[in-house]
Amino acid sequence: MSTRPSLLSSFRPSGEPELDLKARLGEVDTSMRTPAMLFIVSSVLWLMAGTILALMAAIKATNPDFLGEQAWLTFGRVRSAHLNAMIYGWGNNVIFAVAPWIMGRLCRARIRHTNILLVAGVFWNIAVTIGIFGILRGDMVAVEWLEMPGYITPIVAIAYALVGVWVVIAFRWRQSNHVYVSQWYLLAAFFWLPWLYTVAQIMLVFEPAQGVVQSLTNWWFAHNVLGLWLTPVGLAAAYYLIPKVLGRPIHSYYLSVLGFWALALFYNWAGIHHLIGGPVPAWIISAGTVASVMMVIPVVVVAVNHHLTVVGLHKPGWASPTIRFVVFGAINYTAVSLLGSTMALRSVNEVTHFTHFTVGHAHHGVYAFFTMVMFGAVYYMMPRLLLREWPNAFLIKVHWWMCALGILLMVVALQIGGWIQGLQMNALTEDGTPVYTFLETVENTKPWLWARSLSGLMLLIGHIAFGINVFWIIFQKQPAKASEESQPTLLTPESSQA
Amino acid sequence: MKSLPLLFLGIFFTLAFSWMGLILTPHVQMRELTPATPEVTNAAGEPIAGATYVDEQTGEEKLGEDQDGVTANPQPLVGSAQRGKIVYQKMGCLYCHSQQVRRAGFGADFERGWGNRQSVARDYIATERVMLGTMRTGPDLANVGLRYSELWQYQHLYNPQITSPGSTMPPFAFLFEVQKISETRGPSPNAIEIPEEYHPGDGLEVVPKQEAKDLVSYLMNLRQDYELPEMKFTQ
Repeated sequence: MSTRPSLLSSFRPSGEPELDLKARLGEVDTSMRTPAMLFIVSSVLWLMAGTILALMAAIKATNPDFLGEQAWLTFGRVRSAHLNAMIYGWGNNVIFAVAPWIMGRLCRARIRHTNILLVAGVFWNIAVTIGIFGILRGDMVAVEWLEMPGYITPIVAIAYALVGVWVVIAFRWRQSNHVYVSQWYLLAAFFWLPWLYTVAQIMLVFEPAQGVVQSLTNWWFAHNVLGLWLTPVGLAAAYYLIPKVLGRPIHSYYLSVLGFWALALFYNWAGIHHLIGGPVPAWIISAGTVASVMMVIPVVVVAVNHHLTVVGLHKPGWASPTIRFVVFGAINYTAVSLLGSTMALRSVNEVTHFTHFTVGHAHHGVYAFFTMVMFGAVYYMMPRLLLREWPNAFLIKVHWWMCALGILLMVVALQIGGWIQGLQMNALTEDGTPVYTFLETVENTKPWLWARSLSGLMLLIGHIAFGINVFWIIFQKQPAKASEESQPTLLTPESSQA
Repeated sequence: MKSLPLLFLGIFFTLAFSWMGLILTPHVQMRELTPATPEVTNAAGEPIAGATYVDEQTGEEKLGEDQDGVTANPQPLVGSAQRGKIVYQKMGCLYCHSQQVRRAGFGADFERGWGNRQSVARDYIATERVMLGTMRTGPDLANVGLRYSELWQYQHLYNPQITSPGSTMPPFAFLFEVQKISETRGPSPNAIEIPEEYHPGDGLEVVPKQEAKDLVSYLMNLRQDYELPEMKFTQ
């Protein structure tokens, strides 16, 4: 490489240019091996913690006396601990494993100085742990999606920066001439999140804005964590993995450009639909509604692009754990986004606002889309980093069926239950009195909330299967070596292959 | 779209655009909002929409709230109510209770008795932590201070089933002290009345801790029972 070693050249991630492509991808994989394992193990542990917190909160929603004796386990805290464990513990850790790796591979740029990534990973997890305990002990910031107390903000910010910088470095010194759509999404996501987080911390935690500007900032932030962080990373992974596994290029380059910029332009504005009917200027609500409806463009564009890539290859797709999860996620991205656009219409929002419908919608987006795509990415990435196969295909099947059916049950139960709840809440007799008392509407949601608890149990089983497989592949004594000839782990018999 | 600077500019401006639109512009639009009196008029008989106005006869600046018997609203919380708000925040009440009344005809907020006018931005300018909320697993609380007595609030916090059978609200019994009735001094004057079915037992009494007192004080202060220049009752 450089004859004069300097600080700058030491960050240069470019591999040896004379090596062939496969060897250079191998370099990227090798460089990411240790940090990715740290992040994946952390993410799996957080997924478990978040699932248990979720189950506790779900049971409390029908049986309020359950674990009700202690302040630190009251519903409001357990629920917030669940959300933060899932977003900042599971979501961010798995992104920190998957995103730099995909970026590195597409840029043919290995990640250098991975010790920095390891340090960042350790501090990130310490910060989130302190944050979750902070919520439970009562230091919670009462702002949705931003509950972790202010004293962990500096650690979070620095740890994040130490991860994010590698994504930018990899892109800056990329060795490939072509820039693929996944790279834009990742670059954008890693730039958007710190900005969102900084503005939200300043305007909500350290120097709170006056009045309802707080609420506007809250929903600009919270919805954009989903829209400009989880979503772009999920889409980047889907765009990378679908063609990679199926061996067919993405259908249209131009559609992917259109999809990216339409998302960048409209998703930003959409979060305000959480305040429809609220005490904020009407023009802002209108802007939020328009943006939410305009989201149909990038969503349909991405859906068409993904569908036309997969079409005709469903059979080999079904055999691949990666494709099962990723395509399930991609389909749900379309579904949840179109539903979301509908929910932003005032007449629909009048019913769904303030009900469990919204909770179902949030899980539809973060779980059925984002989390499922990430599962697929982990199934693809780990064998390549560790050079060994998944030890147990049955556990993958358990994971798949439990999570796919579990999340569908949850979304359907919460959305039907929430819709009924909304209708009953608003129903008036002819002389203008409510048809149902408030407690009657509460009573009528209970069967649906029980179904939600059941779905949580299914997800827990799926996550345990996933967790066992992850620890098994990392720590197994005699790994099944993946050689040039060996097949990747498949879920259906070889004979059914196309 | 290969160049990093160009891509970066696009990424930067899309988010900057929404930040300016959704946060900066409303901030500028609403920062002039001040506590206001509903019907105080100036010399010309026009309603005054701010805490201060210029008396056109004398030319001096007057405070709306200086007028006899007229208070400019909203008023900031003080003392116990302010501490109670912290309790509300750290118990996560926000996740099941909204604090906003929607306009008549949009939802059934009026018919459920949650308020007799729509909440507006001015109602929240004195609030340090605005918790409009996005869930109504429990009822809206924007005017809860107008609906129930203090005793009701204590009983409901101690065990929601006392006042609202079938409720899914968690009990906040840990905000209360269950203690033996003193033999020398008799029952504590602070003890709250608990119906037989939920009573901890003979010779015991339930006394709210300071946190419970603060929380109830906060709840009793949740009331949008004043009119504003831009919003009259039943609107």
